[in-house]
Amino acid sequence: MRRLLYLIGALAVAGLLAGAPASAATKNVVIGFTASQTGKLNVEAIRQINGLNLWIEQVNEAGGVKLPDGTVLKFQAKFYDDESKKERVQELYTKLINQDKADFLISPYSSGLADAAAVIAQQYNKILISAGAASDSTYKKGYTLIFQVYTPASRYLTGALDLLAKMDPAAKKLAVIHEKDKFSTDVVEALKKYAEGKGYQVALYEGYEPGTTDFAPFINKIPAGTDAILGGGHFADTSTFAKQLHEKGVKAKMVALLVAPPEPKFAELGEAAVGVIGPSQWEPLATTYNQETAQKLNLPFVGPSVAQFTQAYQTKYKEVPSYHSAGGYVAGLLLGEAIRQAGSTDTAKVKEALDKMDLLTFYGRIKFDTAKEHGLQIGHEMIYTQWQKDAQGKLVNQLVWPEAFKTADVQPYRVK
Amino acid sequence: MFGQLLSSLADGLLLGFVYGLAAMGLSLIWGVMTVINLAHGPVIALGMFTAYLLFTQAGVNPYLALLPVAVLGMALGLVIYGAAVHRVLNAPHLSTLLATFAVNMIIIGVGTAVFTTSPHNIDFSLGSFSLGPLTVPFTRVVAAFAALAATALLYLFLYFTRPGKAIRAVANNRMAAELMGISSTTMLALSFGLGTLLACLAGGLIATFFPFTILSGGPYELKSFVICVLGGLGNPLGALLGGLLLGGLEGLVPAFMPVSWVPVVEFGLFVLVLLLRPQGLLGAK
Repeated sequence: MRRLLYLIGALAVAGLLAGAPASAATKNVVIGFTASQTGKLNVEAIRQINGLNLWIEQVNEAGGVKLPDGTVLKFQAKFYDDESKKERVQELYTKLINQDKADFLISPYSSGLADAAAVIAQQYNKILISAGAASDSTYKKGYTLIFQVYTPASRYLTGALDLLAKMDPAAKKLAVIHEKDKFSTDVVEALKKYAEGKGYQVALYEGYEPGTTDFAPFINKIPAGTDAILGGGHFADTSTFAKQLHEKGVKAKMVALLVAPPEPKFAELGEAAVGVIGPSQWEPLATTYNQETAQKLNLPFVGPSVAQFTQAYQTKYKEVPSYHSAGGYVAGLLLGEAIRQAGSTDTAKVKEALDKMDLLTFYGRIKFDTAKEHGLQIGHEMIYTQWQKDAQGKLVNQLVWPEAFKTADVQPYRVK
Repeated sequence: MFGQLLSSLADGLLLGFVYGLAAMGLSLIWGVMTVINLAHGPVIALGMFTAYLLFTQAGVNPYLALLPVAVLGMALGLVIYGAAVHRVLNAPHLSTLLATFAVNMIIIGVGTAVFTTSPHNIDFSLGSFSLGPLTVPFTRVVAAFAALAATALLYLFLYFTRPGKAIRAVANNRMAAELMGISSTTMLALSFGLGTLLACLAGGLIATFFPFTILSGGPYELKSFVICVLGGLGNPLGALLGGLLLGGLEGLVPAFMPVSWVPVVEFGLFVLVLLLRPQGLLGAK
């Protein structure tokens, strides 16, 4: 009996040894990043890493990425909490590169933090896919290895003005109240230029400190007869701003604010959310990004469909994904696709693949600027959402612009 | 322009009452035991979260919730006093500063772990009323009245009840009060509790109109320092006046210059008062 057991054991070991060389070599690719798990950016940042982790899980489950030489790449996340602080970011990215031997980097959430990480990535010759960072200025510094997933800040709110022109061609007067951080300032500077070019009058243009909770001093300064109020910053301040606009009974044809309105959590504001428009990088309702559209545009379609992504995310995290989640997922997806196309994990080869990339995903089109502002996102478009009440009086976030994505007609904010 | 100024001033003044209430807590603790309570901000934030939890979990009206908020504030103060303040009371000022700062870090740490730092919001509205160019949310008016009522109650307590008189006696001369048979430990603990109670109340009121995180108490703590200096450290009534002054300033300044200049003016005033009238506008007590 004992002899039989030995025999079985020996056979099993032999089988294992024989099996190993038959399956190709597996290599772990370390993706390094920091995430603001704590601090003021944690809502958006956690969604972003949730998205990225979902991609890593899916790609590994599907057998990883196979290179032409037969090597199978499996992905592994290595990350630290940056506490939403810039100083921590640079320290931690250096650590990720030197100690954790990260092969590729994903940016932290928010333009300020991503900009801090970009310097380090470029210095150490590592590719950094910047997710959750829209500021344009990072791409004016001559970096060659930083690639942006989001539509840049300069195109965040300009579409809202196109929408306003369609709502009411007579609208003229704008009030811009924005957070004084890198991203929001980039947005409103481009907005102001665009607005003045279109003949709008920017009657109020003021910035508020990050972390502001009392917006009454700003709201009191909005001149009478203002047609549209634009601006905001990140989730926390923008939702407070929206709440106080409502309480103060401010009248305007349009209120379009950054970042917060597309977040499902914004609905907690109740009545104060009604009518607020927000620019979004991606929405679960924007199902137009599919195989068919890809065919029409003559582009390859890569990755899951909108429905597949939304469902997988919901199953794993028990919440509706926001564009921050989609951004995180797509950052991984693009990296994986670039490695596949390059057939290598070599920085120069993957960079070349990213430079050439022009494709459609569930998140929209992706194409990077390779000329003056290297790495800037030029393929992706913003979508504008508006919180409206449905027949039962329930809050629904509808897509109102551009026309191709529209799920409902835009409604004025409050005119009486 | 006039309409703008009026509504700006009204907003500032109404908020000023609540600033005053928060500062009163800080002022009282300083006045009685010369301790600067650096845990003041997080205690305000705990007041906000207590009101929030009672509202969201038990459906308690945020104004009714002020009662349990006050009870909790008192209990919290007694615990902080017993755990961190009592033993270092007679040590140099730096010790009490560090002790209360430690409490500050503990509350923020635990609060961040429990509530995260994403904003919470009491979805409660009483609507707004309009009067000419003025549109004021009722929550701010109620908060101003509540702050006023709390001040009146504190005043009555300090001047017309035995424990109130005992607190004042301890503040005046701890040794003499002990010789008269007053337990100074009890009175010190009670006044620390009263101080945190006021901070929690202010937090509960602020939570009815501003969203908040566990870190939201910080700015009110800073304002409380300015207010205490304006009104005279240790003088609760001065704190209310200082609060109104600061609120009025916050309403007035933005009408003439960018809003970001408000802190410059506020802290400029802070330095000026320290230089020219260090005892405060009403004088310290």
